[in-house]
Amino acid sequence: MTGILVLEQSLNGLQFGLMLFLLAAGLTLVFGIMDMINLAHGSLYMIGAYLIAAASLASGSFWLGLAAGVAGTALFGVALETTVLRRLYERDHLSQVLGTFAILLMCNEGVRWVWGSQPMTLNPPPALSGPVELLPGFSYPAFRLLVIATGLVVAAGLWALVTRTRLGMQVRAGASDREMALAMGVNVRRLFTAVFGLGAALCAVAGGMLGPLLAVQVGMGENILILAFVVIVIGGIGSVRGAFIGALLIGVIDTAARALLPPLLERLAGPAAASDVAPALASILVYVLMAAVLFWKPQGLFPSHA
Amino acid sequence: MPDPYVSPLDHRLRKVPALVLLAALVALPWALQAAGQDFYLGLATRILIFGLAATSLNLVLGFGGLVSFGHAAFVGAGAYTVAILMQDGVASAWIAWPVAVGASALLAAAIGAISLRTRGVYFIMITLAFAQMLFYVMTSLKAYGGEDGLSLMSKSVVAEAVDLGDERTFYLLVLAVCAAAFLGVQRLLNARFGHTLQALRENETRMAAIGFPVFRHRLVAFVLAGALGGLAGVLLVNQGGFVSPSLLDWHQSGLLLMMVILGGVGHLYGGLAGAAIFLLLEELLSGYTTHWKFVLGLVLLAVVLVAPNGVMSFGRRK
Amino acid sequence: MNATLLHVDGLVKRFGGLAATDGATLEVRAGEVHALIGPNGAGKTTLIHQIAGSLAPDAGRIVFDGADVTARSMPQRVHAGLARSYQITNVFGRLPVLDNLALAVQARSGGSLRFWRPARSERARYDEAAAVAARVGLGDRLGRPAGELSHGEQRQLEVGLALATNPKLLLLDEPMAGMGPDETARMLEFLQSLAGQVTILLVEHDMDAVFRLAHRISTLVSGRVIACGTPDEIRAHPEVRRAYLGDEIA
Repeated sequence: MTGILVLEQSLNGLQFGLMLFLLAAGLTLVFGIMDMINLAHGSLYMIGAYLIAAASLASGSFWLGLAAGVAGTALFGVALETTVLRRLYERDHLSQVLGTFAILLMCNEGVRWVWGSQPMTLNPPPALSGPVELLPGFSYPAFRLLVIATGLVVAAGLWALVTRTRLGMQVRAGASDREMALAMGVNVRRLFTAVFGLGAALCAVAGGMLGPLLAVQVGMGENILILAFVVIVIGGIGSVRGAFIGALLIGVIDTAARALLPPLLERLAGPAAASDVAPALASILVYVLMAAVLFWKPQGLFPSHA
Repeated sequence: MPDPYVSPLDHRLRKVPALVLLAALVALPWALQAAGQDFYLGLATRILIFGLAATSLNLVLGFGGLVSFGHAAFVGAGAYTVAILMQDGVASAWIAWPVAVGASALLAAAIGAISLRTRGVYFIMITLAFAQMLFYVMTSLKAYGGEDGLSLMSKSVVAEAVDLGDERTFYLLVLAVCAAAFLGVQRLLNARFGHTLQALRENETRMAAIGFPVFRHRLVAFVLAGALGGLAGVLLVNQGGFVSPSLLDWHQSGLLLMMVILGGVGHLYGGLAGAAIFLLLEELLSGYTTHWKFVLGLVLLAVVLVAPNGVMSFGRRK
Repeated sequence: MNATLLHVDGLVKRFGGLAATDGATLEVRAGEVHALIGPNGAGKTTLIHQIAGSLAPDAGRIVFDGADVTARSMPQRVHAGLARSYQITNVFGRLPVLDNLALAVQARSGGSLRFWRPARSERARYDEAAAVAARVGLGDRLGRPAGELSHGEQRQLEVGLALATNPKLLLLDEPMAGMGPDETARMLEFLQSLAGQVTILLVEHDMDAVFRLAHRISTLVSGRVIACGTPDEIRAHPEVRRAYLGDEIA
């Protein structure tokens, strides 16, 4: 296990974790402020990726496609919130779960309707499609560096938004005590819509960043959605800081497990065990972590509710 | 005191309509044959099996008040156990089926013991997580088919004279099993345990304050529901001759939840009604368009927004 | 009226930096009506939660009927004979009065892991529930959903639920909360009829009721019991008067 391998996997983990954070941040805010479980959050990520891919193809430019796709997804998110989702805020968890599940089904099928069942290609900008030599003997794909940079910039921007702006203050107030925020005169409806739109935009950015690396296909949002839920459960519902730390933790652990467990198990128990057990173990490790956290700290690591 | 006393915690079987329904279901194979629509017997069988699965979920969800998003794990566990035993040479239903139900019950005990310590959305998440874990495990185990799943080499063997390969025989067996299970659930709901379970749904804190051990009762309910789900899985794998990890997928859990809400959360016939509506809708819509899942989603959304108590609530007297 | 039924010894409960219960010690004798009074924010409800078992203390002991129950769960304490009623009505709103009480009776009469025999065939249990209903004045309301009762009737059911568990000690958290004069008089009469049959630890703001009912009174101020004695002793106690600023105790 060379140092370069460790470095490479660390960067991969960081990259994945940051993208996971973009999804988890939106999810935790919607959950914390509107008290709503949104299973359709992954669909926003999928639609973002598709819109960006389509726009890039049409315009010939990745960047234009990214901008158009993010804007389009944010609009879609706002439309969804104002028409359907806001009716679910006051409802019980089962209704929210099933209602957003219904939207998930419709989005999946809708995307299939428009773009077909075949995965769509989203190409990184040509300037960034090659490797960059970070250290002598260690090259890392330029695009992945962009993903990391984007993730860090967005995280910083989100931090500034939440801690420095009026909107951010309302968001924090709403997340920790909604009744109080209402009593203080926050325009709740607009705040909710804004939060949802922001979450949708974040999803789209993640979709645009991960699209070139993973496939842009129907149902791409679902696995990552479940991971995002694991992140916010671990990090504490309503806490953006918790989402950040949780996402990085999960991103690194998941990536490391997938890369390191197979060779480790092979060394310990032979190739048969490695090919059977290792992938399963790597996949479930994250869930075991969540179960463990819930067992000892049922409110997550950084609960933000009073 | 009104005599005989009827409590809202009780669920009447409604004997006459139930017997009529049962008679109709028994006569169905011959009726379909006479109408030249033999093909639909398979659909009827599936409706019964999913009716059982949905009813088992309704036990924890509707009557217990617990939103479990991992119920497909128990159905899958039952199915996989039968398939794995068959692969290892055990074809007898008298051995394989109880073992499968037992395996599902054990799985439910393990998952429940941890999950039931949480509440609300955490419970939903952790049940989802456990089901996903099982999904990933089965996908990776090449010995049991991995991603491609496992075929059943032949149907389970019940007796010399009973050939489950014959559709009609299989249907009647499924009907018998489901009817018996359904009756068991009805008795359970009206017994002390059922009253306790529903009262826990109504007011958990007060139940503890008057002396009921909450966790224990919920765990028992969870295990019973898991066992019944496993029974449904046993029948399912025999029906299709095949089991794959997609049966454990969280979509499946979502579809089971959908059936319960379509039919009526907390209504005795809710699971059966919901399965029937769902599968008939699927059958109908897929004939018209390949994008029938879109319509299904639309129907579900409409039900959630407009009639969240499902179809059965329209008939219920308050 | 001599043996100690409940002994709360140096109970401490902190929330963040605040000690809601700060070394509270209290003793309830078998057969008496013992009132717990104190100004707002004294920590009465927190103390009740700890005695009932819904909140775990940070330090201290609770000894009930000779046994240390500090670590026992709420259902376990109910089985030992310690039952509570809530300040904010907490009944089974959608269920009829009879069902509410029948559940409480069921809890102590054998296990609930019975899956076949219909519960409503257990006439003895329902008869007992009806008897409790009659005792608390709800004999003609058996079939009414609890949520449809008047506020006063719901408070009666509140006490009834605790009573139906056949307790040795009844922990009543402001049973007369929100009641008008007629209802209060009825509840008072009812509690007086209970006094002697079951030991009562009562939290109440209604001083008139407290002085009529209680054999002894403990005064809780800032999480500690500063005085304990007969109503006359408490009335004259200087620290108690100071705590109330001479307001409610004439």
